[in-house]
Amino acid sequence: MEFDKEVDARNLNCPLPILRCKKGLSDMVANQTLKIMATDPGSEKDFTAFCTQTGHKLLQLDKAEGMLSFYIKKRNAE
Amino acid sequence: MAKKLALIASKGSLDWAYPPFILASTAAALGYKVSIFFTFYGLTLLKKDIGNLKVSPIGNPAMPMPVPMPNLAQMLPGMESMATLMMKQKIESKGVASIQELRESCLESGVKLIACQMTVDLFDFKPTDFIDGIEFGGAATFFEFAGESDVNLFI
Repeated sequence: MEFDKEVDARNLNCPLPILRCKKGLSDMVANQTLKIMATDPGSEKDFTAFCTQTGHKLLQLDKAEGMLSFYIKKRNAE
Repeated sequence: MAKKLALIASKGSLDWAYPPFILASTAAALGYKVSIFFTFYGLTLLKKDIGNLKVSPIGNPAMPMPVPMPNLAQMLPGMESMATLMMKQKIESKGVASIQELRESCLESGVKLIACQMTVDLFDFKPTDFIDGIEFGGAATFFEFAGESDVNLFI
């Protein structure tokens, strides 16, 4: 899947992957896609909750050998 | 309109420093407007140097220990330093953020940090003991933002 920016949050634990994601999205423009990699097993639920509450869209989640790759599309500014 | 979170941080040990800063930084990332009121031992978390926070096994029977040990033995000299060292090693090896990093994240994302003026006076702390960018206030200041918050927690 294509993306505009990549953030590595591997080997980090709650809440760092979410904080890194928020930081990563902050200098992107609407509809760009952020790829964020994490190994915290709790992050699957947390990223879903992050997207539900912020309006960013979780386009895709790839799982491979304990690694989670989230593709998140930045929402339109209100 | 952004949701609002109001926290009271009343404890100043290494373990209890986590909940307010984790919740505040995460809520800010979710778009909440966040304020934390630091009172009593929680004031320690606003000091310039928070690298020396400690965790004590005394009176904390749920704390996982490498060897089972009666609580009475945990008052021996050096036990607190050992418990703190072990906790810090665990924090680092598990990729858990340091308190400094979480507090920095709170400051960057505009979390309002308020020191309880009464306890500052009570403990003879000086305003210069604390980091820049904080405010000072009392119970009425807390209710000013707590009264209109969506979530209020005492920690």
